[in-house]
Amino acid sequence: MKKPYLRAKSAFSIDEYPDSASFTAGYLTTSNGGWRSLRPRPDASKCVMCGQCYLHCPDGTIYLDDATGSYAVDLDFCKGCGICARICKPRAIAMIPESAV
Amino acid sequence: MKNLDKNEYFFGHKACAGCGGALAVRIALKTLGERAVAVLPAGCMSAVGFNFPQLAFANNAIISTFAGTASMLTGIVSGLRARGETGFTAVGFAGDGGTADIGIQALSGAIDRNDDILYICYDNEAYMNTGVQKSSLTPFGARTTTTPAGDRIRGNIREKKRMFEIVAAHGISYAATASVGYLRDYVEKIRKAAAVRGAKYIHVLAPCPTGWGTGADETVELAAEAVDCGLFPLREFSDGKFRVTIRRTPNAGAIRAHLARQGRFRHLTEEDIEHVISLTAARSNHL
Ligand SMILES: Cc1ncc(C[n+]2csc(CCOP(=O)(O)OP(=O)(O)O)c2C)c(N)n1
Ligand code: SF4
Ligand code: SF4
Ligand code: SF4
Ligand SMILES: [Mg+2]
Repeated sequence: MKKPYLRAKSAFSIDEYPDSASFTAGYLTTSNGGWRSLRPRPDASKCVMCGQCYLHCPDGTIYLDDATGSYAVDLDFCKGCGICARICKPRAIAMIPESAV
Repeated sequence: MKNLDKNEYFFGHKACAGCGGALAVRIALKTLGERAVAVLPAGCMSAVGFNFPQLAFANNAIISTFAGTASMLTGIVSGLRARGETGFTAVGFAGDGGTADIGIQALSGAIDRNDDILYICYDNEAYMNTGVQKSSLTPFGARTTTTPAGDRIRGNIREKKRMFEIVAAHGISYAATASVGYLRDYVEKIRKAAAVRGAKYIHVLAPCPTGWGTGADETVELAAEAVDCGLFPLREFSDGKFRVTIRRTPNAGAIRAHLARQGRFRHLTEEDIEHVISLTAARSNHL
């Protein structure tokens, strides 16, 4: 799966700014994980693989993990909005306070 | 839905948690794929997507002037054609202010020329990026910073502009309304639109927790509820005919409950709520 990702080079001096309106697409330098006060925790044993959480996430941070075959959360970019937990019919996603993890 | 593009084209953006506009853009790009060339005027989606050196779009994307979404789309189509490119979709994502107020002239011109563009208006019902000012798509009664809730005037005194009808009145090739609470319907409409050559317009309801005074987790539910209670009908216009895609009869109790859970409507009196209910019924009869 392709998506914008964090790059090694994050700081640019003014003389490195592009002269034209063009710049590399999908270029990220900061994560959003620190915005979160709640963290979604999917429970694979309750999940019916409907994909609704993945579909409705405004940040696209739920993905099907090929290694485990279950849905997982990209915690670098999930903002903890809770939409995934709310859309999940079998209530397979719990929202856990960040202070408790 | 199964054959949506697996890649993420709008990712790592700085939209507020639970942003309906971000969901609308993300799903549209997953439907259109990497050959989509996106135009974003001033507004939340450009503000959260382009923060040099960060670029949260993985496909080609560019910021336009606030008023110029449609004209930049026209330019992109002409430019790419001149370079011999084929199989791309020029898609614009403009807010309600950018569409129904300042960008309406450029949009009207592009529809009149029947340029091969897909214009998506993500409607969060106010100028959110500059701090929640009223636009012509702000609904009756909504509190914004320019339509405050006072004792005499309680929020916005104007009705929501009938943007979909205005677009359809051009005799556009394809137009639709959609909601981030009905993603399957939204995706189908984007697919239909992308298959049509000529000007296409999709108006998608995209709740904004920050401006609406709602919880970040309520966005999708609110967007579905707005359709279900009859406030926001899901429609299509093609071959000169209107069609309702998901039919719901306005329900006074459901409208009441829908308004009550949003901070922007909390000041409404019984009389105001009755007015919203009668406006909704009148519009529904008109359909
Ligand atoms: C010509 C011009 N006027 C005003 C602005 C300031 N401005 C930037 S974003 C914005 C609000 C956009 O509202 P809307 O189109 O509804 O998009 P939203 O922010 O709600 O996503 C305004 C007024 C501008 N950038 N350019
Ligand atoms: S919405 Fe719930 S059941 Fe469906 S895939 Fe996500 S976690 Fe599993
Ligand atoms: S909490 Fe929100 S941002 Fe995080 S995965 Fe769920 S829907 Fe996505
Ligand atoms: S203010 Fe509203 S529309 Fe703008 S990014 Fe935040 S939630 Fe989205
Ligand atoms: Mg807006």
